[in-house]
Amino acid sequence: MSSTSQTNTSVRAGSGRRISLAAMCRARAVAEIKAFLRQKESVVFTLAFPVIMLVLFGTIFGSNKADGGINFATYFVPGMIGAGILASSFQTLAIQIPIERDDGLLKRLRGTPMPKAAYFIGKVAMVLFVMLLEIILLTVVGMIMFGLKLPVDANHWLVLIALVLLGTTTLTLLGIAFSSLPRTGSSAPALVTPIALVLQFISGVFFPFYQLPTWLQEVAAIFPLKWLTQGLRYAFLPDAAKGNEPAGAWELGKVFGMLGLWAVIGMVLCLLTFRWRSSNDG
Amino acid sequence: MPIPDTSEQSGTISAMTQAVQVSGLRKTYTTKKVTTAAVDGVDLSINTGEIFALLGPNGAGKSTTVEILEGYRHRDAGEVSVLGEDPQTAGTRWRERIGIVLQNTKDLSLLTVRESLRTFSYYYPNARGADELMELVGLSGKADAKLTALSGGQRRRMDVALGIIGRPELLFLDEPTTGFDPEARRQFWDLIRQLRADGTTILLTTHYLDEAEALADRVGVINAGKVIEVNTPDRLGGRHGAEATVRYRDPSGELVSIGTNTPTETVRELMQRFDNAEIPELTVARPSLEDVYLKMIGVPAA
Ligand SMILES: Nc1ncnc2c1ncn2[C@@H]1O[C@H](COP(=O)(O)OP(=O)(O)O)[C@@H](O)[C@H]1O
Ligand SMILES: [Mg+2]
Repeated sequence: MSSTSQTNTSVRAGSGRRISLAAMCRARAVAEIKAFLRQKESVVFTLAFPVIMLVLFGTIFGSNKADGGINFATYFVPGMIGAGILASSFQTLAIQIPIERDDGLLKRLRGTPMPKAAYFIGKVAMVLFVMLLEIILLTVVGMIMFGLKLPVDANHWLVLIALVLLGTTTLTLLGIAFSSLPRTGSSAPALVTPIALVLQFISGVFFPFYQLPTWLQEVAAIFPLKWLTQGLRYAFLPDAAKGNEPAGAWELGKVFGMLGLWAVIGMVLCLLTFRWRSSNDG
Repeated sequence: MPIPDTSEQSGTISAMTQAVQVSGLRKTYTTKKVTTAAVDGVDLSINTGEIFALLGPNGAGKSTTVEILEGYRHRDAGEVSVLGEDPQTAGTRWRERIGIVLQNTKDLSLLTVRESLRTFSYYYPNARGADELMELVGLSGKADAKLTALSGGQRRRMDVALGIIGRPELLFLDEPTTGFDPEARRQFWDLIRQLRADGTTILLTTHYLDEAEALADRVGVINAGKVIEVNTPDRLGGRHGAEATVRYRDPSGELVSIGTNTPTETVRELMQRFDNAEIPELTVARPSLEDVYLKMIGVPAA
């Protein structure tokens, strides 16, 4: 239809310069982040919801005292940051991927020469972007409203960074693994949201962990979120606050051990169960 | 006849000049414990550089066949070669050489036309630029529109743009013009002809007869999972040699139909009978593509 097309079509498929995997991943990351920011529901639920919950809980229970000379409000902030990481990785992916499987994006991508890894790397980039935004938001609100202090020394900073990276990896892998469970895209939120809520209630997000009955603490200790929030409390709270933990100590070895174990479980589940096709697609 | 056996040689030659070769293709689906064959012994061969239309009613097995050739679905039986490879095991390099337009799409809704084209251009070596693509498919005015803001026909053009972004050697189009208005459809046909002129092999499915007739070098009629006939559009169903029908109204007022292989002779006789005067309501017709198609798929002609 146009003259430009005539001159260019003599070049054949596959004859040109190959594009690096890094460039492809960058293109996917940009597309993912743009799409995330344009989806109003996801921005509100993923980014704003944890902040709203923090303000609510902090205000309602804020003046009660916890061990180690801090009040509840301060105690809540690291837990809420843990919930923010859960929301931006596990919940986002476990809801988004089934929708993309249903609406045909996965099928379309699989029909292109794009390496499958580029899709996942794009997702991870989006998760990191959202999660960083979320952590900054919660930390700032925590510091302004609820007396949260930044990690006191290099050691605490190091633990914080390592925790955020490992926690995100684990919850991202689990989110991708979970995405194969919902039969349709529209059923995904109904399946994922209650699981996330229950985990949050029993993992020291909405309630002080030490107020839970022992058996519930033991149930929560099977799952990664409890360990993530515990580690985050180490990073942000004064050392004396360790009296609030069930063991009376921070148990950093167990924190990293359990998160690492769940990362391996998530990885294996992803490799075994990930579906590119929807269940009604031949 | 003393002709040397060249079957082996011609085998290699045909593999080089045929973009797609299918024999004995079979695919069954099991729903609620009932197994039905959606594709039931299909043989096809598509020459490099031609436009091949797979024509059939809904449920005939067109999409199933095409998605097996695209590597999406796994066959139950048969041999399949697409650009010399088995789609079930072919890799990235093979995908760079094909273009796919699926039948139903509703993805990419949050990105604009230009953003989507740009993102996909990273997947192919030497991809077409966004501006060139938008001009080719007629979306130039819509560069910054989100895909949700496009009409059905415009969305479909976007699918076509993403199908040809990698300059494919072989392009699959599954009912590409659904939702197009007549003008958009003409433009689309021009684009397809231009792609063929550039050397692209095209496999198109359609249930529109006029589309198959206008575009295809060869048409394969498929119904209930079986290919009924493969032929050029003008020869389909023995159309070119079929009986013509001469119709006129005789003086008693009755409409008369005569089936004949020599319509000129019949008309000459009629002219004599009417003393070279006008023969009332005279028509001479060969079966239309629609007539032979409907007969082939077992629908009685109206
Ligand atoms: N994923 C599927 N599961 C079960 N049956 C299917 C599936 N896809 C297609 N079919 C059935 O196979 C037959 C052929 O379908 P299809 O290939 O989509 O035909 P067409 O594209 O010609 O309309 C139809 O009867 C259809 O209902
Ligand atoms: Mg179809």
